[in-house]
Amino acid sequence: MLDTVQDMGRYGWQHLGVNPGGAMDKMSAKVANILAGNDCGEAVVELHFPASSLFFEQPALIALSGADFSATVNGDEVPMLHPIMVSKYSILQFHKISCGARAYLAVNGGLDVPEWLNSYSTHLKAGAGGFKGRPLQNDDEISLKKHTDVCTILGKKEFIVLPWKADTAWDHDEPEDIYLLAGNEFNRLSDDSKELFIDQSYTITTQSDRMGYQMKGEPIFTDANEEVISSGVNFGTIQLLPGGQLTVLMADHQTTGGYPRLAHVISAHHYKLAQMKPGDTIRFRFVSISTAEELLVKQHQHLLQLKNACAFRLQQYLNGKS
Amino acid sequence: MKENLPNVTEVVSAYSSLIVYFDLVKWKKNLPKDKLVFEHLKETINGLLSQPLLPDEHPSRLIKIPVCYEGEFATDIHDVASANNITAEEVVALHLSKTYRVYMLGFLPGFCYLGPVDEKIAISRKPQPHPVSPGSVGIAGMQTGIYPLASPGGWQIIGRTPLKLFNSHATEPALLRAGDSVQFFAINKNDFNDIQNAPVLPEGNL
Repeated sequence: MLDTVQDMGRYGWQHLGVNPGGAMDKMSAKVANILAGNDCGEAVVELHFPASSLFFEQPALIALSGADFSATVNGDEVPMLHPIMVSKYSILQFHKISCGARAYLAVNGGLDVPEWLNSYSTHLKAGAGGFKGRPLQNDDEISLKKHTDVCTILGKKEFIVLPWKADTAWDHDEPEDIYLLAGNEFNRLSDDSKELFIDQSYTITTQSDRMGYQMKGEPIFTDANEEVISSGVNFGTIQLLPGGQLTVLMADHQTTGGYPRLAHVISAHHYKLAQMKPGDTIRFRFVSISTAEELLVKQHQHLLQLKNACAFRLQQYLNGKS
Repeated sequence: MKENLPNVTEVVSAYSSLIVYFDLVKWKKNLPKDKLVFEHLKETINGLLSQPLLPDEHPSRLIKIPVCYEGEFATDIHDVASANNITAEEVVALHLSKTYRVYMLGFLPGFCYLGPVDEKIAISRKPQPHPVSPGSVGIAGMQTGIYPLASPGGWQIIGRTPLKLFNSHATEPALLRAGDSVQFFAINKNDFNDIQNAPVLPEGNL
């Protein structure tokens, strides 16, 4: 089980070697928070399948986003991307992976975990941040920072799925395509290797986790075997390993690295990569900086609209029912 | 630099490069539609880089770090010695012979890149990363460094320090910072255990 408390990441500490971490799919984490009526930066639970079952000691307003793990409340199926009110003593369970790799659970009021270096994210290597600096285990109890009373609305019902759904239709383009900007060492590749890098499909191997994905394809090589002086790397940096395979750095990436940086996955496609799992295939496509910027701005605008719409609906719903 | 650049989340410097993390959306709002944020930031940063440097706000400190170069702490010392046609004792003596500069912290929380080592003990990284224990002191090329936490790593390990290089509970979690000077001194296993078991670790200076 690898269920951890995450947020938007821990920025400002990379000069000490502390990487930002945070949710792998920050878009989905934001959407879950928006649906649950929270600020986007509240702590959420990032779930990997098989995921923890969660027992609610208090009634709560929750939302699920990201991967679809076929969730149930007290045995009844509940949908993704809707706000859901659950009663006291409800059990939230996850049954199978229908799609995606990581699900996010947000709870209205926010999870009450201490901040470490200004972030709620779990830093597994340092054993700090999030819930006791480690993945969740059996019998862990997490409190909420604030409690919204949903008892009167629930009445005798075990749960209510609120009747609006977040539209996540910003990902219309080919799911296999991952957009890139060239990295500082891309031109060290031989001409054949450059072509191969773009032409072939890469498969995500089982050696993939929150730190990075190891990709399998025909090996590619640089012309000369020059050492790279350790330089900064980021979420989405694609490094060339000595054997000719690639590693794509993910949320728990190291802050600096000494392998050639062939390319960087554009920020607007991080969420896409984060929802892929071992066995999935990827095609890399270079895009212009202007496309990269446009896509990120579009995503931001979409989220902003979603935030306003959801806040309005939730306010109306709570006022109307109480 | 961060003070002169609004809407910048973080600036990360390495040996010869800089990563600037910025808030694209906030920048975009203040720019003409056809202007790339990237181009605008690049021009701004190049402008800042051409200005004279301000003196470093942190004075350089000299930090002395005890290292035990014995037995299981020095897993690769014989490889370093044989690759350079010297003895393990000479590797230790040469590693102790210099005062190193902390060029940067990176890779892992509190990991410090120090150098340059005497070229007689320089050695390339291992082809594959191996599990490394916290406190391990290694060499890679002309660099030496200390692993603060357990991690896979490719550096050749020649010793171990009992000091905690990274303490997540401290207000200043990393023992070292870029610009510091570091001197190593040799200790035996008994000293290692004494220091490691001490209730309060000395602050780097023994």
